[in-house]
Amino acid sequence: MGALLAAALSGAMPPGRPVNMSRRGMFAAAGAGLFLGLAIPGRAPRAQGSPPGAALRHAGKVAAYLRIAPDGKVHLQNPFAEGGQGIDSAVAQIIAEELDAPPADFVVTCAPAGEDYRVMQGGNARFTGGSFSVRSSFAHFRTLGATARAMLIEAAAQRLAVPAAALATEPGRVVHAESGRALPYGELAMAAAALTPPDNPPLRDPATFRLIGRPLPRLDVRAKSTGKVTYAIDVKVDGMLLAAVLHAPRAGAQPAAVTNEAALRAMPGVHSVHRLPGAVAVVADSWWRAKTAVGQAQVAWQALQGPVMGEDFTGEAMLGRLKAAAGSHGGTAEEAGDVQVALAGAARVIEAEYDAPYLAHAQMEPPSATARFDADGSLDVWVPNQAPDFFQASAARVAGIEPAKVRIHSPPLGGFFGRHFAYGAANVHPQAILLAKAVSRPVKVIWSREEEFARDAYRPMAFATFRAGLDAAGEIVAFQAAGHGEGPITRHFGTARLGNPPIDGSIMEGLTGKPYRFAAKRVEFVPVPHPAGVNLGFWRSVGHSMNDFFFESFLDEIAAAAGKDPFALRMALLAQSDRHRTLLNAVADLSGGWRRGPYDAPDGTRRARGVAMASPFGSEVATIAEVSVSEGEVMVHDLWIAIDPGQVVNPRTIEEQVQSAAAIGLSSALFEEIRFERGEVATRNFDTYRVLRRDRMPRVHVRVVESGAPMGGVGEPGTPGVPPAVANAVFALTGQRLRSMPFGRTRLSGA
Amino acid sequence: MIELNVNGTVHRLEVEGDTPLLWVLREQLGLTGTKYGCGVAQCGACTVLVDGQATRSCSLPVEAAAGQPVITIEAIETHPVGRHVVEAWVAAQAPQCGYCQSGQVMAATALLAATPKPGPDDIQAAMTNICRCGTYNAVAQAIAIAGERL
Repeated sequence: MGALLAAALSGAMPPGRPVNMSRRGMFAAAGAGLFLGLAIPGRAPRAQGSPPGAALRHAGKVAAYLRIAPDGKVHLQNPFAEGGQGIDSAVAQIIAEELDAPPADFVVTCAPAGEDYRVMQGGNARFTGGSFSVRSSFAHFRTLGATARAMLIEAAAQRLAVPAAALATEPGRVVHAESGRALPYGELAMAAAALTPPDNPPLRDPATFRLIGRPLPRLDVRAKSTGKVTYAIDVKVDGMLLAAVLHAPRAGAQPAAVTNEAALRAMPGVHSVHRLPGAVAVVADSWWRAKTAVGQAQVAWQALQGPVMGEDFTGEAMLGRLKAAAGSHGGTAEEAGDVQVALAGAARVIEAEYDAPYLAHAQMEPPSATARFDADGSLDVWVPNQAPDFFQASAARVAGIEPAKVRIHSPPLGGFFGRHFAYGAANVHPQAILLAKAVSRPVKVIWSREEEFARDAYRPMAFATFRAGLDAAGEIVAFQAAGHGEGPITRHFGTARLGNPPIDGSIMEGLTGKPYRFAAKRVEFVPVPHPAGVNLGFWRSVGHSMNDFFFESFLDEIAAAAGKDPFALRMALLAQSDRHRTLLNAVADLSGGWRRGPYDAPDGTRRARGVAMASPFGSEVATIAEVSVSEGEVMVHDLWIAIDPGQVVNPRTIEEQVQSAAAIGLSSALFEEIRFERGEVATRNFDTYRVLRRDRMPRVHVRVVESGAPMGGVGEPGTPGVPPAVANAVFALTGQRLRSMPFGRTRLSGA
Repeated sequence: MIELNVNGTVHRLEVEGDTPLLWVLREQLGLTGTKYGCGVAQCGACTVLVDGQATRSCSLPVEAAAGQPVITIEAIETHPVGRHVVEAWVAAQAPQCGYCQSGQVMAATALLAATPKPGPDDIQAAMTNICRCGTYNAVAQAIAIAGERL
């Protein structure tokens, strides 16, 4: 290991050791608030291409990112967290293109906290979310790879005593054509690392890309097929104890006493019993023993400070609050023309209300955190996370030490979908830090599945109202929509960050940002807070996950009222946009031509199709669903999804992400719902929180359309089109309009 | 004292007999390739082979596994069927986050060992593992590939 490090391109950076403590100190001085403000996904640009001259503050810091070992392996520190979306492989693919290295030679880990890895928003932010990773860092990583290649060439020029201009590269080595000599990168890395990174290294002409745009395999598939990946829950630290927690049944209550503490301490393997904010914990020599003991804890829960979830709180009660706000004046998010005048002059006005429930992330890996205080007063934390800088600041606050003394280790995520941002009480690491401090030993806390479902930061319940005015010919003359509720941006970043007028994008996107042109339009945001005891989080595709269902379903209602075909209506409303019309035609073509039905399928079932569009995270998506009804439930047979992410790095990954995003979208449409009873979460495992399983997984057909527009995201955009496409297909089949998710609550009449 | 045969090695363990096999594998034996997902035999992330049968180890007391051969994901590449399953998983690029895939691979190995050419109904009956990444179609494709090679 020592030799490997010595020979490394970035010999100064053993894994897990801070590169530059003073920079971390500067971050702390800048304050978490600044970072928060910069890192709000919903406020970031809709699409980020890679314009020449874009701010690439960190693209010359080769040593912070790359270490080429003597064996030629390229060790990459990725600013982004790998959680199934393929970002480790995508970043390797981009760097490999410019570095001219075999992608399979990359070994990727998640980088520590630190300024060098803030590659987003002009080099000032770092998080894995908002489907931002590739589009926000594409230019950065191309330049980084080209910089490293130029350094290797210069090192070879010095070694061979030839001009750099006489040298070229082949994958993994520098070659001197004239003499036929070649030097592997692994032999040049140490000398290259001593050179000053050049400014403006030459980039490849995209027309000559050999890797970018190709369906390369992901790097971690074999390890993930053989159980060899170490997730946070698998982390083992010498001398560590294990802890299990029991949260208050109603959030907000505090443990006044554990009345059977002596009995718990006498149980096998138990080390100690602790009261934590909102929870009790048992620390033991194994997690199973800790869990067994904490499950028997008798706790006196009291309202010691702050609000406690009301005993009368239910999802129905919350929906009532949202509906009660309907008609209130809200902030104007989008406006065109005078919608009131247009509505007054309309021959016909149609209205509808839509709602969606709280959702859990339900990632397969239950959350955990391991904390270890070291002899020098520093702290190591292993925690699933989507933003190491943020967790570093949070851990430092909990531990009462400088952020520079906290090392955040970010293992691969066993799914995330938005689960692992800094969400206050939904995070495990504060508990691990408090317990490690209390017992003076490293502690790993694992939340049981039941604790996870009870304390996740949920996709907020939401409610929207719509009104459309039609003229005598059925043309839309006015369109009005209002979104009601509170999103994770309001909850975790504060109303001061919502702009003027205050608009919470995390509750409004999908009602806003639609491509259809209406002569008169008004879209409003009506803030309605959720209880403090219901944590709110970003969930795959965030506001789009509900709003595109609302909007695209209502658009179908307009089509029905106007006697128009829903596909043709969309085409007409997109007359100004070749990009969207191309995409609609692509999905129609993929599905064998637009065909609404109902019709009889060869298997004897009666079927119909629905269409929907979405414009999430800088990409454009068109979706068609084919459904039948069986025993009152919708059966989805096929999904056809055309996605235009503007530019493509790995088409195979895009298809896989669309498959995945479609599955979670369908899961939310059909089944998912966090339910509250008496102020407690009632859906606390997969037996009551139903998610999509194989028996309801449809075929998913994907077409990637590369329009050349600025690069958009690919991890989330496949989700939001699915619920409305299914609902619109159900309407085509049955005449029943689904206005509330999940659809499983509504018994369908059959075809 | 419980004697447990895991991946061909017999271990003598001091552990409460009602401890789920999962936690003995993960905490006593350090075999963390087998995953905790739900603890109530819903998700299948903890699936191992007990006497050749796909078994949800989170809900099996370790004493019930004593005396029977237990195979975990750590030994999958030495299993005559499992090694083909792994190659098929790689070919189909089935995993995304990967967390459920140990259980998926074990369930598929048990299926293919009993039914080398499974039909859709066989796959449906045997592969009830939850995948939140929604890799169901890729997993089915991988099983088909493995079936061709067996």
